Amino acid sequence: MKTNYPPIVSKHTAVLSTPQLSRRRFVTGMAAGSAVLGLGLHSPLSLGSSSLSSHIKRSPPQVLKGNQFDLNIGYQTVNMTGREKIATTVNDSLPAPILHWKEGETVTLRVTNNLAHDSSIHWHGMILPTDMDGVPGLSFTGIKPGETYEYQFDINQNGTYWYHSHSGFQEQTGIYGAIVIEPKEPDPVAYDRDHVVILSDWTDEVPEKVYAKLKKMSHYYNFRERTAGDLWKDVKEKGVSGTWRDRQMWNQMRMSETDIADVTGYTYTYLMNGMTPDDGWQALFNKGEKVRLRFVNAAAMTIFDVRIPGLKMTVVASDGQNIEPVTIDEFRIGVAETYDVVVEPNGDSAYTIFAQSNDRTGYARGVLTSDTSLQAEIPPMDYAPTLGHSDMGMSMEGMDHSAHAAIAETDVNQTPMDHSAMGHSPAPMDHSAMGHSSAPMDHSAMGHSAAPMDHSKMNHGGSRLGKAGHGTNSEIIHGEKEFGPHVDMRAEIMQNGISDPGVGLRDHQQRYGRKVLTYADIRNLTPTIDTREPEREIQLHLTGNMSRYMWSMNGIKFADAEPLQLKYGERVRVVLVNDTMMTHPIHLHGVWSELETGEPNYIPRKHTIMVQPGSSVSYLVTADAKGKWAYHCHLLYHMPGMMREVWIS
Amino acid sequence: MENIMKSVIKGVTKKDPLKRCKSLNIGLFTLTLLATGQNALAGAEDDPLLTMVKIDQLEKRNGDEDTSVFGEVVFEGQAWIGYDLEKIWLKAEGERVEGKNESMELQLLYSKAISPFWDIQFGARRDFKPEPERNWGVIGFQGVAPYYAEIDTALFIGESGRTSLRFEAEYELMLTQRLVLIPEVELNFFGKTDEETDTGSGLSSSEMGLRLAYEIRREFSPYIGISWENKYGATADFAKAEGELTNDTQFVIGVSGWF
Repeated sequence: MKTNYPPIVSKHTAVLSTPQLSRRRFVTGMAAGSAVLGLGLHSPLSLGSSSLSSHIKRSPPQVLKGNQFDLNIGYQTVNMTGREKIATTVNDSLPAPILHWKEGETVTLRVTNNLAHDSSIHWHGMILPTDMDGVPGLSFTGIKPGETYEYQFDINQNGTYWYHSHSGFQEQTGIYGAIVIEPKEPDPVAYDRDHVVILSDWTDEVPEKVYAKLKKMSHYYNFRERTAGDLWKDVKEKGVSGTWRDRQMWNQMRMSETDIADVTGYTYTYLMNGMTPDDGWQALFNKGEKVRLRFVNAAAMTIFDVRIPGLKMTVVASDGQNIEPVTIDEFRIGVAETYDVVVEPNGDSAYTIFAQSNDRTGYARGVLTSDTSLQAEIPPMDYAPTLGHSDMGMSMEGMDHSAHAAIAETDVNQTPMDHSAMGHSPAPMDHSAMGHSSAPMDHSAMGHSAAPMDHSKMNHGGSRLGKAGHGTNSEIIHGEKEFGPHVDMRAEIMQNGISDPGVGLRDHQQRYGRKVLTYADIRNLTPTIDTREPEREIQLHLTGNMSRYMWSMNGIKFADAEPLQLKYGERVRVVLVNDTMMTHPIHLHGVWSELETGEPNYIPRKHTIMVQPGSSVSYLVTADAKGKWAYHCHLLYHMPGMMREVWIS
Repeated sequence: MENIMKSVIKGVTKKDPLKRCKSLNIGLFTLTLLATGQNALAGAEDDPLLTMVKIDQLEKRNGDEDTSVFGEVVFEGQAWIGYDLEKIWLKAEGERVEGKNESMELQLLYSKAISPFWDIQFGARRDFKPEPERNWGVIGFQGVAPYYAEIDTALFIGESGRTSLRFEAEYELMLTQRLVLIPEVELNFFGKTDEETDTGSGLSSSEMGLRLAYEIRREFSPYIGISWENKYGATADFAKAEGELTNDTQFVIGVSGWF
């Protein structure tokens, strides 16, 4: 197995200190400073230097190898859209350099902040001491302007990870890069060549302004609102009363079923390794090679659906952890997740690596080819999805419940309790077999109406918790704080968030014949390490008010929240309940999130888990790392509110 | 602050251009820092202080009564400063006919969210025109009703036992993603007759509008439309006595916007 990377800058240390570079950094820093002050780029302070307006060329990031690194955070002029804008970058590169580490080594990273604001670097997915985690206010006080912070930690894991700023909205403006860790033991994945594929979203707007716009008009970036034409079409198809019934919930909830992404292609240019769709980043390979693609979703707000038309992808790792290989045609990657796939391209063809945003307002793309002269056809984007009633935690009206109930029951081969049919437990429910994407479930099977639930069987504590790997048995309870002007919905019926491919992907099998990865397909390659049963459960509701653009957990925003306390060494289950209409990728720092997919012996370990609208997922956590850790939604504009501190002591 | 200013000034007087700019740079950075404030927490500020200025209507009207073409100018706008759930709200409206201010009112309100889609608002209103000036206390509700009707309704309590109730509702029908048809209704009720301002008790006046707006961008839409004004009861009698019409159909052309 040989691994081919683009030119390596230096073997063990990567220091950028040439006079030319530092001057450029100083000049761009200057420009940014004046821009922040509202003086504009072409103010008299801009020195009249031509280098001021020269932006970096869009190019894939360099690879820095070794165990000593100097990383300089600064301002850099970039041009993604035809207009020059100021980005925040690491070593003048967007994305930041790819860091190549070796398992078993100790890395030292000296991070210097040349910005006008505090900065930080968080090593996403790395298991490390709490003071090395890079979260201002929790791990440390942040890196002040002009200061250098030295990170040092041991690498006891391998795979694909990433790093990014954890300060302000600096992720949006460019501070993100990939980490590749070479395993100590022979790699169980066979491949001849690998490429890092960093997906991200770029806006020419200042992120604080994006956030302010969303607060003032939450649908600002959505140009797929329902129109009179849609209404007319519905009336023709379903009749007046049918349309009325169909629209009723949306009209009463004052929400929009086209609200898939808060920030869209209206302002975003989607990037693959820092290159625009027009550039078309090229991933080269030699004939006959097996290629490993390390996908990192480093976007601020964009969930991507990835495929390579003409190629099957074998997923071999998720969030850096090896999994039992699963061959698919398409996968959804939430913000902050990573997936490694192996493909076997035909040497005479070129392929498009196609990553469309989940709302289909744009895409990032690259070309996988053995010959730089070959171009691959760019596929059209798929249809724009809309949310269904079940995504809002509501049942479908006018559906034939009995038919679905029958299927639901045959699919449930679990305990006599009907919890699995409630979608609380991740017992795989075959959504496609149900013939309907939104998988409505029978009310009586859920114990909500006909069959009153015996609450004594609800397993509220102790050994009566749901079995490890299978998910929770407990009732979903909306806390008192979930009621008020800051929360606009509470799901009444939870969907299974494990076996559902997600909004807009549910019919891809039938419609296009594409197998789409679901969390239920992910099985760890090696057996579960901590086989203990969970001692207790923590139920956390993801809450918000879409139109006021407020986000919280359990109805309490970060600023008002008490830390979650975990006992050192305990095995605990976290149940995430999504009471919003958005998909939230939730990231727990410091320890693994072991996703309960129904397979207790090979529980996949993840650092970021997508929770779909109106759905619930659960995972186990072994609290084996003392300290203060951040726990939050990784959508950048949700994070300020939808966050918790987790204290393990 | 003094030190920072010194460092800025010192920076400018230094000889070496590179160094000069570097220290100027640091000075500017520090100023920026002071200006924007620092948030040491894990992410960005969740609930920043924001302001919004909104021009709902800035339009010229042409009606039966007018002697010159589009001789009437109407303005309706609001502005707020505040946080997610609490804001200070300013509402203004005025009407100028043939160069003369016919009506002008200003409301200053404290607004607090009481439910996901509704705010309660308290404050004061002053009518500068018509004269004599009138002062009112305000309690109102503003928000979005089911079926997306935007509602702004308020009870006004004035001097000498005067009361008034105003109800405004608006709906945006998207014809396309940019072309919006906006029906609107405003009703004004008064508790008792006020001869000085020519208002009668009960339902006094109504205004219905239908505007077709084109969103050039989210923040800016020119529009055209029709407005129907009606006067009722004693208010209508006052109008008749002064030789004014009790109902008027007007063509309007204007712009709306926000920032």
